[in-house]
Amino acid sequence: MVLSAADKSNVKACWGKIGSHAGEYGAEALERTFCSFPTTKTYFPHFDLSHGSAQVKAHGQKVADALTQAVAHMDDLPTAMSALSDLHAYKLRVDPVNFKFLSHCLLVTLACHHPAEFTPAVHASLDKFFSAVSTVLTSKYR
Amino acid sequence: MVHFTAEEKAAVVSLWAKVNVELVGGEVLGRLLVVYPWTQRFFDNFGNLSSESAIMGNPKVKAHGKKVLTSFGNAVKHMDDLKDTFAELSELHCDKMHVDPENFKLLGNMILIVLATHFSKEFTPQVQAAWQKLTAAVANALAHRYH
Repeated sequence: MVLSAADKSNVKACWGKIGSHAGEYGAEALERTFCSFPTTKTYFPHFDLSHGSAQVKAHGQKVADALTQAVAHMDDLPTAMSALSDLHAYKLRVDPVNFKFLSHCLLVTLACHHPAEFTPAVHASLDKFFSAVSTVLTSKYR
Repeated sequence: MVHFTAEEKAAVVSLWAKVNVELVGGEVLGRLLVVYPWTQRFFDNFGNLSSESAIMGNPKVKAHGKKVLTSFGNAVKHMDDLKDTFAELSELHCDKMHVDPENFKLLGNMILIVLATHFSKEFTPQVQAAWQKLTAAVANALAHRYH
């Protein structure tokens, strides 16, 4: 699976439009993930996961910032995300299935907030992008 | 058997009442074919599926999408009895259409996403969760008679 020039352009445009809302959307995507896929909560026993939690807000911002970095370096995700890749492989060890859950909830969040921009083509490009990021983050697992 | 709470049922039923099945059905199937192009393998006789606009505007896609979502409406009416409700369709998808059940999960997620684009703020995490549960349960019911 390769990100085409059109995919990269769609992702950059969409992420640019999100702008300063990225952190808010990151937090919302996390909340949706915990709600729809309760097994994902097992990775956050140390968090207050109630609605509006400061920890979830902060973590949402972290996820969003990492994705912003990824968007800026789509031509070389493995290099740009190397440190995060190490973190997930050696420390966090989040089972790969969970990246699909979070990616899906990121898409749902964006669809809710930007329905007009979230055309099928943009949806496809974002789905591919999140999939590419997930692949990089799990690339050193074994 | 999947158990839906009263709140989950209410969330599903109330949103479903506002769904334009013809419109949403077409969008759901269209997005499946655009986002996961390999799913086009089941629709060789649908004509032009060569681009996003071709797919989303294709009358056969719209018609079939409406058919699929209308059937999904049955799930909303029989949330406590999905396996029996979809038994015949399950056999059909296995024996006649040879559809990998993984595709039911992909379609389910497309339903979620199209609902999100239509209902925005109303599509809260709790509402989404109820619908995730329903689409997963329908996918399981449709796969149940596979052999």
